[in-house]
Amino acid sequence: MQNVVVVALLLGAFLTFRMARRNDLWRGAGRELRRRRPLALAVVLVFVVLALLDSISWIGGGSAEDEGNALARHKPRSVIDRLFPADFRERSYSAPLADVEFYGGAPLLHPRSHLLGTDILGRDVLHLTLKGARIALLIGGFTSLIVIPLALLLGISAGYYGGRIDDAVFFLISVLASIPSLLLLIALIMALGRGPVQVCIAMGVTSWVGFCRVVRGESFKLRELDYVQAARALGVSEPRIVWRHVLPNLMHLVVITFVLLFSGLVLSEAILAWLGIGIDGSWGQMIDQARDELSRDPIIWWNLAAASVALFGLILAVNFVGDAVRDVLDPRTLREDR
Amino acid sequence: MSEAVLSVRDLVTSFPIGDRRVPVVDAVSLAVAPREVLALVGESGCGKSVTAHSILRLVPRPGRIDAGSIRLAGRDVLALPVKEMREVRGRVAAMIFQEPMTSLNPVQTVGDQVVEAIRLHERLSRRAARARAAELFESVRIPDPHERIDAFPHQLSGGLKQRVMIAMALALRPQLLIADEPTTALDVTIQAQILELLRELQREFATAILLITHDLGIVNELADRIFVMYAGKIVEEGGREDVLARPRHPYTQGLLRSIPSLARRDEPLAEIPGVVPPPAAWPAGCRFSTRCPRVIERCHGEMPEMTSLSERQRARCWVVADEVGR
Repeated sequence: MQNVVVVALLLGAFLTFRMARRNDLWRGAGRELRRRRPLALAVVLVFVVLALLDSISWIGGGSAEDEGNALARHKPRSVIDRLFPADFRERSYSAPLADVEFYGGAPLLHPRSHLLGTDILGRDVLHLTLKGARIALLIGGFTSLIVIPLALLLGISAGYYGGRIDDAVFFLISVLASIPSLLLLIALIMALGRGPVQVCIAMGVTSWVGFCRVVRGESFKLRELDYVQAARALGVSEPRIVWRHVLPNLMHLVVITFVLLFSGLVLSEAILAWLGIGIDGSWGQMIDQARDELSRDPIIWWNLAAASVALFGLILAVNFVGDAVRDVLDPRTLREDR
Repeated sequence: MSEAVLSVRDLVTSFPIGDRRVPVVDAVSLAVAPREVLALVGESGCGKSVTAHSILRLVPRPGRIDAGSIRLAGRDVLALPVKEMREVRGRVAAMIFQEPMTSLNPVQTVGDQVVEAIRLHERLSRRAARARAAELFESVRIPDPHERIDAFPHQLSGGLKQRVMIAMALALRPQLLIADEPTTALDVTIQAQILELLRELQREFATAILLITHDLGIVNELADRIFVMYAGKIVEEGGREDVLARPRHPYTQGLLRSIPSLARRDEPLAEIPGVVPPPAAWPAGCRFSTRCPRVIERCHGEMPEMTSLSERQRARCWVVADEVGR
């Protein structure tokens, strides 16, 4: 099932890429983007590749059978999992590249091979961190995929068509905006369950309001603009005006919102994790679990550091890329010599 | 004269002000013959733009056409279903707007926008439509049309953008071009070029033009006939010569006197005292009565009828009616 999703995603990305290559504006934008932010782009790509590698999984094969580990044999393991030995665990904490356990000093099962040490359950921190990329991209990407179309649909119909639709949408916005979003989020997760998809849906439901308001205001403005009037005077139908003239002029907002939303969501998942309702395996959860360890002496820093750096790196890179994408896609900031 | 391209009869378009509807366009009638240039002249807020928008049924909400009839090339515009109305827009009558800076979609190349206009009404391949767009760019005298076709609006000057707008409007060879203050937003030198262009294109494309303007200078350049509008009513109509050389309505006379002239540069510039009253405050009787230098008792109580002065010229004024009657 997950593999099907990955294949679909890859196919979609490939088709988008091919379409973008045919369009002058997009091709120029892509080139410009690579020129302006090569590093951030590379970082984002690394995270995406990690997430994809972690999404392709199958049962059996590899070292699992050799080890005779019954659990590993019947569980699907992803490409990332297969980079590590199947029983790559210790009994408890160990420092990066250590020979002995953190407490007690018993010899490790895999001495000098835990690059970033292990956590309280003896799991390899590097492994967990890499697996966190998939969860982070799922939180940011999937939730945005819920939020943006929903906000566009409601915002444009409210702003462009106005009247009763506007009243209804605005009522909905006002109601949602007057419920403390954290409480609503917790209630939704309680009701829907704690799976990754459920948490994403719950976060989507609570975070579309802001963008919807922006879209509504902007469509309201666009509706009265001269070029929309001119299109009408040429006999362009209303749905076509929305598609050709309103939506493209909202795209820069979509890009900015996607970036802000993405980072905001990934960060707020960390808060959810702190409240104990995060998604299993997220960096937020790793940070939450590392919370207690800060008070130990000597301090256990590696699992906290690994998750924080990964989280920070992803969000910083996404913000840089998003900023550049906005500049690059707006024809008004394109240079003449393109 | 063959059948009119556009004939408007007793058009009433109203907007709500407070809790009542005020007719901003009040029983306006006009007819544009094929290949004729008719100028609708008036100050800001007199209802000339609303008249133009009414013709294509584009009156912005909450405005509404309440009464009258509009016929475009034999079709009853007010009775057409929405779908057919869209056919009429662009194909039978097209419109150019005042503000070329904002009348083009900033995120599409101008070529794409002209192509869209063409393909909206005609089944043409993208390539053929593009060739047609390039031709159009040439006929509106855009230099380097094949390069400019891929430009984004922000890369073009105001004059060029207005030329693109004209190209788009003429794309389907409409029988009527409605030009709503086509040169107001442009530099004076560019204005002259655009006017020249409009005059040439009007001959080349054999189209009629309804020119909406407040600038009597433009009218003199282009118009065959002139309709003067004040506070929602046509107050004077006639051939260009009649109206410009022998204006009869006090309002028209006032307008003409208030044009600066080099010959009279030592005298202070004449002006019409006061401003156009807002629609809610239009006086009973003649609407110009509050500002008219020749106002008589009758003007305050009764709306004057149009008085024929010659075969073409008519004016809506009691004083003029008295002079003619005598």
